[in-house]
Amino acid sequence: MTVVHDNLEKTQAKMSAKSVSVFYGDKKAIDEVSIDIPTEYVTAFIGPSGCGKSTFLRTLNRMNDTIPSARVEGEIDLDGQDIYRSGMDVVQLRARVGMVFQKPNPFPKSIYDNIAYGPKIHGLAEGKDELDAIVEKSLKRAGLWEEVKDRLQDSGTALSGGQQQRLCIARAIAVDPEVILMDEPCSALDPIATAKIEELIAELNGRYAIVIVTHSMQQAARVSQRTAFFHLGKMVEYGRTSDIFTNPHEQRTQDYITGRYG
Amino acid sequence: MSERIAPTRTTAFEARLKKRYAAERRFKALGLTSILFSVAVLVFLLGTMTLNGIGGFQRVELEVPIDFTQAGIAADPSTMQQPGATQALEAQGLRDVVQFFAEEHLGDEAASQFGSQAWRDVADAIAADPSILRGEANFWLPASAGLASGYQGEGSSEMQALAAQLSEKGLIAKNFDPGFLSRSDATDPQQVGIWGALKGSMLTMIVTLLLAFPIGVLAALYLEEYAPKNRWTDLIELSINNLAAVPSIIFGLLGLAVFLTMFPNLRSAPVIGGMTLALMTMPVIVIAGRNAIKAVPPSIRDGALAIGASPVQVVFHHVLPLALPGILTGTIIGMARALGETAPLLMIGMRAFVATPPDGFASPATVLPMQIFLWSDEIDRGFVERTSAAIIVLLLFLLVMNGLAIYLRNKFEKTW
Amino acid sequence: MSPAILLLLALGLGLAGWLAARARAWAFRRASPDGRLPSLPNYHAWYVALWIVLPVLAFVALWSAIAPGLVSQSVLASPAAADLPAFGFQRQTMLNEARAVATGAAPAVFNPEAAGLVEPYREALSHYNLIGIVVTLLIAFLGGVWAFLRLRPDFAARTKVERIVMAILLGASLVAILTTIGILASLVFETIRFFGMVSPVDFLFGTHWGPDPMASPENPDSSRYGAVPLFWGTLFIGAIIAMIVAIPLGLMSAIYLTQYANPALRRWIKPALEILAGVPTVVYGYFAALTIAPAIRDVALSLGATNPSSESALAAGLVMGVMIIPFVSSMADDSIAAVPQAMRDGSLAMGATTSETIRRVLVPAALPGIVAGIMLAVSRAIGETMIVVMAASTAANLSGNPLEAMTTVTVQIVAMLTGEGSFDHPATLSAFALGFVLFMVTLGLNFIALSVVKRYREAYE
Ligand SMILES: Nc1ncnc2c1ncn2[C@@H]1O[C@H](COP(=O)(O)OP(=O)(O)OP(=O)(O)O)[C@@H](O)[C@H]1O
Ligand SMILES: [Mg+2]
Repeated sequence: MTVVHDNLEKTQAKMSAKSVSVFYGDKKAIDEVSIDIPTEYVTAFIGPSGCGKSTFLRTLNRMNDTIPSARVEGEIDLDGQDIYRSGMDVVQLRARVGMVFQKPNPFPKSIYDNIAYGPKIHGLAEGKDELDAIVEKSLKRAGLWEEVKDRLQDSGTALSGGQQQRLCIARAIAVDPEVILMDEPCSALDPIATAKIEELIAELNGRYAIVIVTHSMQQAARVSQRTAFFHLGKMVEYGRTSDIFTNPHEQRTQDYITGRYG
Repeated sequence: MSERIAPTRTTAFEARLKKRYAAERRFKALGLTSILFSVAVLVFLLGTMTLNGIGGFQRVELEVPIDFTQAGIAADPSTMQQPGATQALEAQGLRDVVQFFAEEHLGDEAASQFGSQAWRDVADAIAADPSILRGEANFWLPASAGLASGYQGEGSSEMQALAAQLSEKGLIAKNFDPGFLSRSDATDPQQVGIWGALKGSMLTMIVTLLLAFPIGVLAALYLEEYAPKNRWTDLIELSINNLAAVPSIIFGLLGLAVFLTMFPNLRSAPVIGGMTLALMTMPVIVIAGRNAIKAVPPSIRDGALAIGASPVQVVFHHVLPLALPGILTGTIIGMARALGETAPLLMIGMRAFVATPPDGFASPATVLPMQIFLWSDEIDRGFVERTSAAIIVLLLFLLVMNGLAIYLRNKFEKTW
Repeated sequence: MSPAILLLLALGLGLAGWLAARARAWAFRRASPDGRLPSLPNYHAWYVALWIVLPVLAFVALWSAIAPGLVSQSVLASPAAADLPAFGFQRQTMLNEARAVATGAAPAVFNPEAAGLVEPYREALSHYNLIGIVVTLLIAFLGGVWAFLRLRPDFAARTKVERIVMAILLGASLVAILTTIGILASLVFETIRFFGMVSPVDFLFGTHWGPDPMASPENPDSSRYGAVPLFWGTLFIGAIIAMIVAIPLGLMSAIYLTQYANPALRRWIKPALEILAGVPTVVYGYFAALTIAPAIRDVALSLGATNPSSESALAAGLVMGVMIIPFVSSMADDSIAAVPQAMRDGSLAMGATTSETIRRVLVPAALPGIVAGIMLAVSRAIGETMIVVMAASTAANLSGNPLEAMTTVTVQIVAMLTGEGSFDHPATLSAFALGFVLFMVTLGLNFIALSVVKRYREAYE
């Protein structure tokens, strides 16, 4: 099948997938997907439930390795190097490609320790001062600093859902990744918290390559510049968000965004 | 922006990464070592028990051919079936006959080294088949404890010498001793057996099962299906959870202070042991039973209630049968624990020396683990092997019970 | 044997009642205009049967508790008992012998003095057996008739039967409370008696333990009842040495099994650990005494230790630790498995290695459960009896040297209660005081641990 890469201007792809297929045991969950992910834009993955968005997202930082039955075929490059090659180091890969999950999952530690976790394990801070600086910077970038600066020692799980999710984003950016993957980061949040996260994504755009999976077409339209539409494990269409939503090439995309199914 | 070098791509990071992977490997190796340690201990434990225990199923015996035509012993086949047969043969001087032929065949010194009960084996053989009195028969009879350890290269030097002498002539040997499974306790390691203890264990377990199973299941049903949520129910739950974790010796103290005060005549009896162990096993069955009952999907209850069954009918016709495999699994595990239990029984006097198998729930008895404990205290080296052999028998029983429990668990695990 | 006969009798009568009531209910049913009853005939049958069997069971339980006392009372009242020795062991032996002969358990008496008692015994036995049977029949008859007369075509037998069933269920669950009360009552009662002879302060804080069961029970020497060395030995062996072995090994086993091992290995290792957990403590004790203790002594000697004990605290503690490993491992396994997968994913997605994730996220998150498991393990270790009885010493010793002999609370309980001491002697009673302390400590540990586990489960639900 043809994937329409609709006359996009040439950009340097941060990550690019080439004919990627993913299997769970014998079941094919992703079928020959190829896509370039640029640094300059936010890329949104949309599609009906079960079409494989999360699966594909997880292949981008090899989180599928933690599922024993999962198997990946094809090639995914990060800065031109295949992340599935044998010499590739998953730890370094995941430090470079961070991830935020659907349900906020702060560790049962203090807010400070949640943020400091990544820098500590990766040895990115020389001393306490540097660590403090990283924590502050990350919380500021995540727009959480003002709300928590007086209670950094409180447990991260004591925050509200929206704050927890921003904490998780802050935690991800504390190690200064190059790509941030977000799997439906707002689906467990109320509209106000959602708006804050969307604002945050707009802030972060450009500094990191961002991929966001979302079920909300409005959200995709608001936050992303590129959109990929997935259906039954295949990527049906990929292009400028504005094009996908106003002028899709494929009938299935049209049907989905007009609410015919999904 | 893209010229920015992320801190995760520096060479320093990669150097740290090497160390982190080394730590990872060390940690994993530590985990594997821990597991291997446990497995090694298990293998070592079972290995030593088996190695020692094999000898425990054997005993050192001396060869004695007896020519009954010269002995002048008569036996009426019909009386030989009756309990007094051994006494009748003794009255006819069978003891001396055996002694005579032993001296003839082995020499005086060796003939004095028979176990005191050796002639009984001959008597048993005659009782089983009186026709041997018409000819010659060859017997292997148990040696004394001293000679037996001499044969194993232990004990006094005279005995070692004598054993070496005899063994050169092929008159002494260590033979498989089936009687170990059918005799009872004795002071001579050559004469001991575990049947008495085994029977005591069985009687005790029957009492335990008869008490703990119904009470445990009924209590589990009540707590899971009917109990109102109130302070009494909480208290019951608390008691059960705590009883399941109370040291077993405390149950022994209870048995001593309550049961033995109520029934002072039943000291050492399986019925008291069984009652004590039942109190210990009951909480295990309740907890397992509640989990099994909880696992029965509510839809089954709703379905039965919807066709007009009463709550009691729902439970006894629908819930209980479905929960039964789980309850049985828990029961078997609890019973296996009770079977291996020693401490509480020490408290209620089941450590008596019991040379005859108990003939009922009220007669003095000992149990298999207690027999192991008692033998382990014996000084005579011959008891070491016997103890290990008894341990093997006990472990086999436990293995079968636990195997059954695992089988049941796997077979009936969530079939709906 | 007489309780068994009474029980059979009860069941037989119950069956008769069952059949009669069922027949009557069927008669009602045939007579009723629509051929239906509010309750099935079987419920009528059960109603009557339960009314027969339950009262009889209650009577049999009561009777078997008091009948032996009544029998021996009447034997003692007989003239033949006048020449019995006044008290003590001999007197009891003779009574037992006479009873054995009278019940047919033994062919003849060994003591000639006991011979005279056989006849009175036999008489008393048959007398009370008769009473037992008559009362059983009477109760069964009354219960049966009363229930039978209440049967009517419109009788709500099912509701009644179900109410009885509920009462039985409730009764069964009350056994647990009764057991707890029984334990507390018997321990407290004997402990109070003990504290009447030895002051609690001397007992709880004294540092010398050496009760003399042969000394006169009057005015016992309080200074010989200082239990501190026992408490120390118990803690040293069960809570320190055993835990030094069991905590790291159990925890690491659980971590390896849940986080690293492939399913095939898990399938083999789990049952192996279960076997290790299922080995009876008497076997561990034998293993400790026969293999480990001498080995430790030899190693200590070769390392130049002076005079290491062959009943060292170390041997008992090590083997106890091994015994506890599977327990710690399975508790830790449960707690780690209860940590949500999202925590693990979150950490791995940051680029943490598996071991970093385990050490910095999973274990801290599972810590309440793990600590509770360790508390339960300690409670088990300090209450463990056979290993220490067989491998530790009976000599009290307040020392920090693991190669020295030490004794524990449980060892002393066994030592005090398996001797020939009488029930009125402070040495014997001290076992109950020790048992009481042990019970309260384990109760406290269990209580805290169980509530921690419960709260922890709820937190991740
Ligand atoms: N661990 C797994 N094992 C087996 N199959 C899986 C696993 N995870 C996902 N799948 C299957 O792979 C397919 C894609 O799942 P995926 O979670 O990627 O969908 P999704 O597009 O993210 O859906 P949603 O919008 O509901 O999150 C589904 O059919 C799902 O059942
Ligand atoms: Mg998804």
